[in-house]
Amino acid sequence: MTTRVNEAGDVSRPSLKASSPRYGEKLIKAFLFVCAGLSVLVTTAIVISLLVPTVDFFTEVSITEFLFGTEWRPGRGTQTSYGVLPIVVGTLNITLIALVVAIPVGLLSAFYLSEYANPRLRKIVKPVLEVLAGIPTVAIGLFALYFLKPFFADLLPWVDLDGLFSQGVAGIAVGLMIVPLVASVAEDAMRAVPPGLREGAYALGATKLRVSLKVVFPAAISGIVAACVLAASRAIGETMVVLIAAGASPKLIGPWEFGESVLTMTAYIGRTATGDIATGTITYKTIFAVGALLFVMTLIMNLISIRLVRRFREVYE
Amino acid sequence: MRPQQVTMERKDAEREAVFELRNVSVFYGSQKAVNDVSMDIYRNTITALIGPSGCGKSTLLRSLNRMNDLIPDARVEGEVLYQGADMYSPRVNPVQVRKKIGMVFQRPNPFPKSIYDNVAFGPRTLGMTGDMDEIVERALRGAALWDDVKDRLKDNAYGMSGGQQQRLCIARAIATEPEVILMDEPCSALDPVSTGRIEDLMLELKERFTIVVVTHNMQQAARVSDMTAFLMVQMGADEHSRWGELVEYDETNRIFTNPADERTDNYVSGRIG
Repeated sequence: MTTRVNEAGDVSRPSLKASSPRYGEKLIKAFLFVCAGLSVLVTTAIVISLLVPTVDFFTEVSITEFLFGTEWRPGRGTQTSYGVLPIVVGTLNITLIALVVAIPVGLLSAFYLSEYANPRLRKIVKPVLEVLAGIPTVAIGLFALYFLKPFFADLLPWVDLDGLFSQGVAGIAVGLMIVPLVASVAEDAMRAVPPGLREGAYALGATKLRVSLKVVFPAAISGIVAACVLAASRAIGETMVVLIAAGASPKLIGPWEFGESVLTMTAYIGRTATGDIATGTITYKTIFAVGALLFVMTLIMNLISIRLVRRFREVYE
Repeated sequence: MRPQQVTMERKDAEREAVFELRNVSVFYGSQKAVNDVSMDIYRNTITALIGPSGCGKSTLLRSLNRMNDLIPDARVEGEVLYQGADMYSPRVNPVQVRKKIGMVFQRPNPFPKSIYDNVAFGPRTLGMTGDMDEIVERALRGAALWDDVKDRLKDNAYGMSGGQQQRLCIARAIATEPEVILMDEPCSALDPVSTGRIEDLMLELKERFTIVVVTHNMQQAARVSDMTAFLMVQMGADEHSRWGELVEYDETNRIFTNPADERTDNYVSGRIG
């Protein structure tokens, strides 16, 4: 491309110039660029669409009241209050309970599949896990309400599970839902650890447990943390299960209060954003403010995890 | 096609056998990889296993510390006696075997940890008592690596050159004070200078350890080993069955200058393989 072919050059020499201008290739390149650009554009558009009503919301409600208020009574009526803390706490409680279930179970399954299971068994179980990860969340919500709740009411008779809804049951349901995700992503990370590292450790007389914990686990840590972060993001953003099984009462309570019902940020948005909501009203703006906060929370979590991974990663090759 | 055993028996009286292989065959599933190998491996010698690709020399090596156990469907028939005891007896734990018999692999495979932690991994696994710093230093000195790395023990092992990484793997193997070190083509990923250093190191190490080395490099076998076993691929009746067999096992000198079997002669002189 840097030198030009002499126009008056020797005709008999073979030309290196393309026989056609190759428009097709340029067209494909342009098309692919538009596709890539579109996804960036859409993401930006989502952020802006969240941002505009949110900024509008804060002209009516102060940021301090929103972030640090402890009463969540949005909408019409005389005693409105926009303290978002109770529903943030509800979200965090559900997420915490879900992760307490999903991370140990998921990681141990991943260890089993990657290090202990017979290859034939793994070939069957891995696709099954991936199918399980695709169960509609509505079905998980119903499972929580009609199976898990009575089950835990019988299992833990000392816990007050009289109400229909419980943050504990909803959290555990979300946790069970994301177990396959954690297991699958973590297993991929463990399988990616070069077999030579395992052999080196076995040759030193290490047991399977030691190889798993001291060699495979640290070498796969970045993928394992990614699995956990993905799980947390799923749990924070989960809407349907909590809408069905967690209830609708914004409360400032700890995650250990198993039988209490809570309202999460997503469930608030889900139950408020119905057809009869008028655009431009304060309620309308509220759901966007809550959505924006949810977005910021997920973003912060992802940033923290990226730093964690950089710090603990064991780089091989 | 029996392997040559005449000369072996002559040596038995003089040297102490660490391994005694009696009609050892190794299978992967129904596929036979190594057929009917009988040989003794002697203390404080370097024994080289040579032969063309696919002749089962690595498989045979890995049956000496039960590394084949890690491969599902792998199975060893016959007897492998280690210091007189059957290594494949159901009462023997392969983990215990590997504590006594170290291994160095074809590609350097240090753990993605610090140099120090790499060497300390084995001793920690065994729960060795004593000053860990001292154990690490002794192992690194033993692998002729101490002067190169003493100022950067906390650095990641992957910052080292390939030759240094391989010597680190040797240090890691000798840190647990094994009796035998198995080496599976330890220089195949290294340049000639690093290879020379590893070979010098092997000659030093044989004072303390028994070494069995698989190599595709005949000159290397000739340079470092005391005993050489030549294995060859045998084709079965149908096209898919092929396995390795021991053709000849003798002093390295004899294998390279005056082998008893014509096939050995053809191989070491470069006419085949």
